[in-house]
Amino acid sequence: MRSKSVATLAGVSALALYSSIALGSKYNLPEPQSVIAKDIYDQHILLMWICLVIFIGVFGVMFYSVLKHRKSLGYKAANFHHSTAVEIIWTVIPCIILVVMAYPATKTVIAMKDTSSPDMTIKATGYQWMWGYDYLQGEGEGISFYSKLSTPRAQVENKAPKGENYLLEVDNRVVVPVGKKVRIILTANDVIHAWWIPALGIKQDAVPGFIRDTWFTADKPGVYRGQCAELCGKDHGFMPIVVEVMEAGEYSKWVAQQSSSAVKTSMHVENK
Amino acid sequence: MAAVHGDAHGHEHDDHHPSGIMRWITTTNHKDIGTMYLWFSFTMFLTGGTLALGIRAELFQPGIQILQPELFNQFTTLHGLIMVFGAIMPAFVGFANWQVPLMIGAPDMAFARMNNWSFWLLIPAATLLVSSFFVPGGAAAGGWTFYPPLSTQGGLGVDLMIFAVHILGASSIMGSINIITTILNMRAPGMTLMKMPMFVWTWLITAYLLVLVMPVLAGVVTMLLTDRHFGTSFFNAAGGGDPVMFQHIFWFFGHPEVYIMILPSFGIVSEVIPTFSRKPLFGYSSMVYATASIAILSCVVWAHHMFTAGMPTVGQLFFMYATMLIAVPTGVKVFNWTATMWRGSMSFETPMLFSIGFIFLFVIGGFSGVICAIVPIDIQVQDTYYVIAHFHYVLVSGSLFALFAGAYYWIPKWTGRMYNETLGKWHFWLSMFFFNLTFFVQHFLGLAGMPRRIPDYNLQFADFNMISSIGAFGFGLSQILFLYIMISTIRSGEKAPQKPWDGATTLEWTHLPTPAPYHSFEKPPVVN
Repeated sequence: MRSKSVATLAGVSALALYSSIALGSKYNLPEPQSVIAKDIYDQHILLMWICLVIFIGVFGVMFYSVLKHRKSLGYKAANFHHSTAVEIIWTVIPCIILVVMAYPATKTVIAMKDTSSPDMTIKATGYQWMWGYDYLQGEGEGISFYSKLSTPRAQVENKAPKGENYLLEVDNRVVVPVGKKVRIILTANDVIHAWWIPALGIKQDAVPGFIRDTWFTADKPGVYRGQCAELCGKDHGFMPIVVEVMEAGEYSKWVAQQSSSAVKTSMHVENK
Repeated sequence: MAAVHGDAHGHEHDDHHPSGIMRWITTTNHKDIGTMYLWFSFTMFLTGGTLALGIRAELFQPGIQILQPELFNQFTTLHGLIMVFGAIMPAFVGFANWQVPLMIGAPDMAFARMNNWSFWLLIPAATLLVSSFFVPGGAAAGGWTFYPPLSTQGGLGVDLMIFAVHILGASSIMGSINIITTILNMRAPGMTLMKMPMFVWTWLITAYLLVLVMPVLAGVVTMLLTDRHFGTSFFNAAGGGDPVMFQHIFWFFGHPEVYIMILPSFGIVSEVIPTFSRKPLFGYSSMVYATASIAILSCVVWAHHMFTAGMPTVGQLFFMYATMLIAVPTGVKVFNWTATMWRGSMSFETPMLFSIGFIFLFVIGGFSGVICAIVPIDIQVQDTYYVIAHFHYVLVSGSLFALFAGAYYWIPKWTGRMYNETLGKWHFWLSMFFFNLTFFVQHFLGLAGMPRRIPDYNLQFADFNMISSIGAFGFGLSQILFLYIMISTIRSGEKAPQKPWDGATTLEWTHLPTPAPYHSFEKPPVVN
């Protein structure tokens, strides 16, 4: 009996160690860069722990039974086949656990859906197969450009070595200032696409003929990459999204630069 | 009345059915039809599996090697459609055909001729699906969920798919009406509803779900068809329609469909576990209620597939809570199986191994299901490999493992011959190992940010994809072993004893010879 509990303990701590290594590694969600992404990350970890405990509990009992209650060991079968008390207990306890899970999730859902009073608004339009961006409101209003995959075809066809950001790099990045609430309005030109940046905890379908919205506030400057997350045809795997988050000053410089070349840019992309 | 009909025929024509191919084309015998369903579904399983191996071969390394993106999308689409409609669903109907009459003491299915028709409809439907690869423009490439407007764009392949889905739907509706009627009207005297074997119960509930949702699917594909060819705009915003409405209607079918593919597995496992634990099923009535609650809840959770489609806050919260609630009856089932095994006298023949494997892996799929139900987390994992891993844990190590358990469990009754236990165990352990090799790592891929349905990926996903592909080929090859085991059992297996499983208590083991005669229960048994 003692060797069993030691073994169980060793197993649990090994798993605990394993999951702590997993933090921030490729076994988990990317490192969160916004409040919402952080909430999602924490809730996922919490749920993993709850699931792990239940898993060990249930299968601990089952495998104990598998080891001990064998015909080959001469174990004689008991004949019980129900127990109302036990059945009520194992119906009620899962309900309580679900409430524990649902409470933080509900708060996050309400926060995620609150797209009110943004500092700036950008419209993203899904095309087969690229994204179009229009800065509608806030600093940079009027900026408009398309954003296409910039990975050379030769890399896809295995004729050139693949770079670090293979399939996750674009010609024109979406640039936003750090710490500002950015509202993204989404629509699509042809079929449904989805705009997804894992590190910012944001994913929203872009539906042709309809407007959807979502928001994020980036915690720190950096380049965050994502991909279209709704099957949109042949090149669905080749329309990444790249968001570059800048300090306020740099962002202002970028806006000035864009405004001066805006005419040129829009001429250029109209010829797509 | 149907019962009387079956009885009268049974006596006169005992062995006078046509032989050769005509036997199979004209048969109204539930055992023949069951056999055809099972062979059909296994053939489709290998077809869909071949497509899956095509997908995994392309994803073995980053870059485009084997399948161009368009063909890759056709492979993923047809893999899904063939596995769902061609492999898993018909396999369960095959089990129902064989086992429902045997387990309730009925001579045959209630509508024997319709039974023949519902099987033979599958052949043209499967032909349409498979042949669509060879029409101009190729097969449907919009995913097995064929969301418009993408599926409105497709070519002739999409139309063939729509017709195939229509025919398969008609077949399923007929099959399920047949099953409902058989179960409600043809039970042996004394077999009240609450004495039915759990497999029969789960199928009764499943059949009601099918009758409820298959017409919805037929409706939505018809709307898609008229959008494509007759100028309607159900799903086209430019004409006043809404693409998201398609998703609502599709998933109103699609989510109960998920349970259609798992409830009969619960039934099979609930037969196998008590038999090999030599102990009655724990909590029979709570098992029935749990199955019914799962079925009812499954009708009000569809929009959890659409958390990123855009929905009011209240909508997201409702569908999140409803989805989480399903964990409760599902948990009850797992606890009941565990309690059935507790202090039993267990032995571990292949059906038992597959059933325990089923519980073990299905619970992992259930946990990832709860995680996906949480809206904020789902926002991250929706349409990623995490979801692929989740539903393969419930569909492959769920439905498919239960089907294997059932096949090994009942093959002695069907053929009078015993399968090779050593090879059966090999089949289990190989499937178990390679299944996890294929799908466990996909959880990590999804969390790290790899979308589903992409033919090529960033280098950070390379190692797990390679592992997954190796696992997939191992899993595929292991199923050839299953084919070999089944054929060699039928051809040259050892003669099975009358009751190879000493713990079995259902009618087919206690009241019928092994193998079951071509016409069984011409006189209904009396159940005490």
